[in-house]
Amino acid sequence: MTKPEPIIRLEDVHKYYGDYHALRGITAEIGQGEFFSLLGPSGCGKTTLLRAIAGFEDISSGAIMLGGKNMEGVAPNHRPTNMVFQSYAIFPHLNVEQNVAFGLRKSGLSAGDKTRAVGQALEMVGLGGYGGRAAHALSGGQRQRVALARALILKPKVLLLDEPLSALDKKMREVMQVELIKLQREVGITFILVTHDQEEALVMSDRIAVMFEGEIAQLDDPERLYRRPVSRRVGEFIGMMNFLDGTLQASGGLSVDVAGLGRADIDEGQIAGAARAGAVSVGLRPETLSILFEDDPKSARSAEGEVAEVVYYGDMTYYDLRLDGAARNVRVSMRNVVGRPVLEVGARARVSWDPRALTVFS
Amino acid sequence: MKGQGLKAYVILYLVFLYAPILLLPMFAFNSGTVIAFPLQSFTTSWFVEIFTTKALIEATRNSVFIAVSVAILSTCFGLFAARAATRYNFPAKGGIVGFVMLPLVLPEIIVAVSLLVVLIQAGLSTGIWSVIAGHVLICTPFSIAILQGSFANMDKSLEEAAIDLGETPLSTFRLITLPLVAPGIIASLLICFTISLDEFIIAFFLSGNEPTLPVYIWGLLRFPARVPVIMALGTLLVALSIILLITAEYFRRRGLRRAGKRDVGGFL
Repeated sequence: MTKPEPIIRLEDVHKYYGDYHALRGITAEIGQGEFFSLLGPSGCGKTTLLRAIAGFEDISSGAIMLGGKNMEGVAPNHRPTNMVFQSYAIFPHLNVEQNVAFGLRKSGLSAGDKTRAVGQALEMVGLGGYGGRAAHALSGGQRQRVALARALILKPKVLLLDEPLSALDKKMREVMQVELIKLQREVGITFILVTHDQEEALVMSDRIAVMFEGEIAQLDDPERLYRRPVSRRVGEFIGMMNFLDGTLQASGGLSVDVAGLGRADIDEGQIAGAARAGAVSVGLRPETLSILFEDDPKSARSAEGEVAEVVYYGDMTYYDLRLDGAARNVRVSMRNVVGRPVLEVGARARVSWDPRALTVFS
Repeated sequence: MKGQGLKAYVILYLVFLYAPILLLPMFAFNSGTVIAFPLQSFTTSWFVEIFTTKALIEATRNSVFIAVSVAILSTCFGLFAARAATRYNFPAKGGIVGFVMLPLVLPEIIVAVSLLVVLIQAGLSTGIWSVIAGHVLICTPFSIAILQGSFANMDKSLEEAAIDLGETPLSTFRLITLPLVAPGIIASLLICFTISLDEFIIAFFLSGNEPTLPVYIWGLLRFPARVPVIMALGTLLVALSIILLITAEYFRRRGLRRAGKRDVGGFL
């Protein structure tokens, strides 16, 4: 995969609010046409970073390069970025058409061209024919679309989205996720999404920067992020992860002895960060473990335990197992299959596991 | 019968509140010069006298000029202060806002006397301008209180969105902020106008030889024969006040509706 030329370059960006160090040396490149997400818990600095790119926050040191130009001292109205606000910020005294056309005031387009552009923009977000609607007569999803049309009509180099889906209900959120991806492919504009929802980030992004306490903990594509988190904290934040006690041995090839599961050889790439030989924490996603039923072929690697908890989700069942010889429960997720019973609490179960799926943390 | 007691309380309270005001039009249209029952015949001559008394017209003109100036000045100051208080954080913000709001609870007589002392010490003459200054002092907190509500109801990101879409801070104020706080501005203008129009204590101390309407009315009380004229004047003022308050409330509600907000307070 060739790396596209970066449209945004963040160079050691720091931000202080008085004594509070909100951004601690953010360095990243965001490519042309990329769908990039800033993911993290609230207070991690992701929104501050987005607002700094938009120009609403001054940075204390470092540089934000946009299309090769340093944005220092450039006001938000002169930056080639547009923003979709968390509240959508639809102007309540203007109708849909006037809202979308707002940014064209200084474009020098003729009235006819403006009307056409507004019509196209509304069409693009699936709101054709809604131009005359009053702002307060719109549903949450429609407001979101108006905000998108209003920002995209200016053909910004970068579209900034501040938790754009957090105000929508679950069903609508899923619909808009797919629509946003389609829209982004269609217009080819770089999207930077701020979200605290890891699932949303995984679904939508080309790359994700996971942020904790003003720092980027990991910057990767969704698959690598999920499969190979660089720290326990990232692993915990993205999806669900079991952490089992283990012992790492480096003499005569790498191997790890996992409490309750057994010993396995691993390779270099499975060791995250600074894990060294000795006591380690072994991360395993619930879906990489699997409970063996009577009719399953016997697996080479299996362990036994007792079912401590059963959580039934309809399509899936989560089992918490107390493996023999392990101090902690391990969670296993199983797809529910017709004709296969859901185990009950207290039942004995055999689990198979694949050492390739584990990640070793210090 | 607990409900009955509360009902009686409400009725008594409302009678106490409005009965005296109802007496105003009653005696304003009564031909007798003595303010006492039984009423005599119906007349509108007291109203005619209002419009033919030169000093009264003069006082009315002073009052209206003062009230209009005060309404505009106080609302401008209120606009600045309310925006600063709701949009920005600055050192000692709470203290500064508190001090600006203080005249709301300060006894007017204190304000009046101290202003008079300052004017005399500074060698300035009292008159319309000094009354305007005094009234702005007491009206600005009302304006701030009203406009703070307007700004607080307005999503901060609306202004940011306009700037983000290419507008300057100034054109954003004109295109977004002003239309959205306009109902608050109108309400503030009307309330400041009303407060200034019937304010007596400050006007009494500071108006010098340019009396305002309330000061003139107070002067009239020394002449019992003129009391019905005061009643007629009072009737007109009450009518005017009610109209202004209703207008102010109308604009406040329209503002809420436009912003798509729910009504959670107000005067009426």
